[in-house]
Amino acid sequence: MLRYIFRRILFLIPVLLGVSILIFAIIHLAPGDPAEALLGPSATTRDLEELREQLGLNKSLVTQYFTFLTNTLKGDFGRSIRTNNPVLEELLDRFEPSLILAVLSMTLAIAVGIPLGLLAALRQNTWIDTSCNFVALLGFSLPGFWLGLMLMLFFSIMVPILPSSGYGTWQQLIMPTLVLSTNTTAVIARMTRSSMLEVIRQDYIRTAKAKGLSGRLILARHILSNVLIPVVTVAGLHFGHMLGGVVITETVFSIPGVGRLIIDAIRFQDYPVVQGGILFFAFCLSLVNLGVDLIYALLDPRIKAQYRAG
Amino acid sequence: MAALLSVNDLCVKYKTFEGIVHAVNGISFDIPERGTLGLVGESGAGKTTTALSLMRLIPAPPGIVERGKISFGGRDIHALSEAEMKKIRGNQISMIFQDPMTSLNPVLTVGLQISEAIVAHQNTSEREALKRTQEMLEKVQIPSARHKEYPHEFSGGMRQRVGIAMALACNPRLIIADEPTTALDVTIQAQVIELMRNLRQEFSTAMMLITHDLGVVGEVCDRVAVMYAGEIVEEGSLEQIFEDARHPYTTGLFKCIPDIEEDSSQIQPIMGLMPDPFDLPSGCCFHPRCPSCMEVCRVERPAFLRENGRTVQCHLYAKGGVTQ
Repeated sequence: MLRYIFRRILFLIPVLLGVSILIFAIIHLAPGDPAEALLGPSATTRDLEELREQLGLNKSLVTQYFTFLTNTLKGDFGRSIRTNNPVLEELLDRFEPSLILAVLSMTLAIAVGIPLGLLAALRQNTWIDTSCNFVALLGFSLPGFWLGLMLMLFFSIMVPILPSSGYGTWQQLIMPTLVLSTNTTAVIARMTRSSMLEVIRQDYIRTAKAKGLSGRLILARHILSNVLIPVVTVAGLHFGHMLGGVVITETVFSIPGVGRLIIDAIRFQDYPVVQGGILFFAFCLSLVNLGVDLIYALLDPRIKAQYRAG
Repeated sequence: MAALLSVNDLCVKYKTFEGIVHAVNGISFDIPERGTLGLVGESGAGKTTTALSLMRLIPAPPGIVERGKISFGGRDIHALSEAEMKKIRGNQISMIFQDPMTSLNPVLTVGLQISEAIVAHQNTSEREALKRTQEMLEKVQIPSARHKEYPHEFSGGMRQRVGIAMALACNPRLIIADEPTTALDVTIQAQVIELMRNLRQEFSTAMMLITHDLGVVGEVCDRVAVMYAGEIVEEGSLEQIFEDARHPYTTGLFKCIPDIEEDSSQIQPIMGLMPDPFDLPSGCCFHPRCPSCMEVCRVERPAFLRENGRTVQCHLYAKGGVTQ
């Protein structure tokens, strides 16, 4: 098992290398010039030349890439063209709100979505099932920005009990967490329901019933881990997406998250921040994927056996 | 002697969108203590539905037990509460299922799947249950150390032996084996049959063996009931059915078995198909396929004729019919 984890981590190297080439190419092939963006339309050609020289933008692309790569390997992502702060520092600063928000939203989505899905499946074709499905459909279709604005309208303006935006206190986290988790909760609930409906029709559940086990034991021991396998996949994908920063939620609630950092950096053609940020995402996503695969192994001994053999 | 299990006029239907499936239509049979009954019939004859209704495990909806009485050890199964029924399932009546590949939970160790039945029914510690589990594994010829392994680490035959260990773990009074060898290859079938026969004797358990394989019935059972389209068309002792089958369906089944001493071209399949359970034929259900079909067979359902401890449901043997 440890060997498997080690191999997976080793496998990160080519992935990240590929990602770095891809981002570098896309950024530099895109039209626009950070020097122009920084100095504005009034800058003289001389000023522009000077700044390009200073930023290393006049060298060949290959040289620029290798400078970027070697610096990155040394842990130096360079400095932001816009603020002149070290990129890594800026990223880690902005990552904290995103991480906290993602963890809270995911926890909420799992805590609500899974029981909702189980309940719907156990009461299939009753009004409980129908209402669970309706709530899930609603959660899936409501756009985040609209939900955010509505929440603000209710809880910050009509009944002012929560701060409308910003980051720093726990009260400021409540509405963004709700908004961010809604969609994931809905997806997890639907996934749990369909997976559950499939599992309870399996022969081994009939075997468990024929053994005279109690319904609760059958649910906890025989059904749950089988139900969770596909749910974990979906939850992992959503969590990776959340870690990458959720620009809309961050924008609506003015949270200084990593998503907004990157969008701003792209707008200002702040190459080092974009490169560092996307590389950082790729790294986080790979770790989340590894985590998901390890949870699979925990849930299903057949998958664990494959890891051992591989 | 009162029978251990007594089924009287059991009728089970499934209500589906397409219509009503008449799965079991008024069957009656008894199994005495330590007795073995073979329930024989083609796929779709209602054998598994019969088995599940004895455990009260018919999925409802869509299944409905319309009428009939099942008494086990003198108690009316349908009058029991769900809690009392749970005490019987796996403890007094247990079941061996058809497909060992799907009837074990893939994410739990086989040891746990056996011991949980013991823990559920007997007032024992986990440790004692584990000890008993290991004994049971040895009894079905699986090394007891393998209790920690998962179903995917066993072959089909071994999984079925795990299923047998599971069924016998609480020393039940009745085992229902639902086509226990159908999913296994032939050499493994023989081993599993041998094992079941020996263990049944050792544990002195009664058994209902559901199968479409008359050879298996001949090995294990002392009574045979032949099912067709949800009815038991003939029932009798092993000798009566094997030596002197009465019902045209039963004789037809025997003609389907190749005889090693005769030319293989002698196999005579029963022509036609099982009737559609949505729309059973009038009169005797077997009449569209029956080689000895008479006028009366098309309109009138034959009565049960009992003599010398055997039953046959066929107009040929009714008063005024052709007697052999």
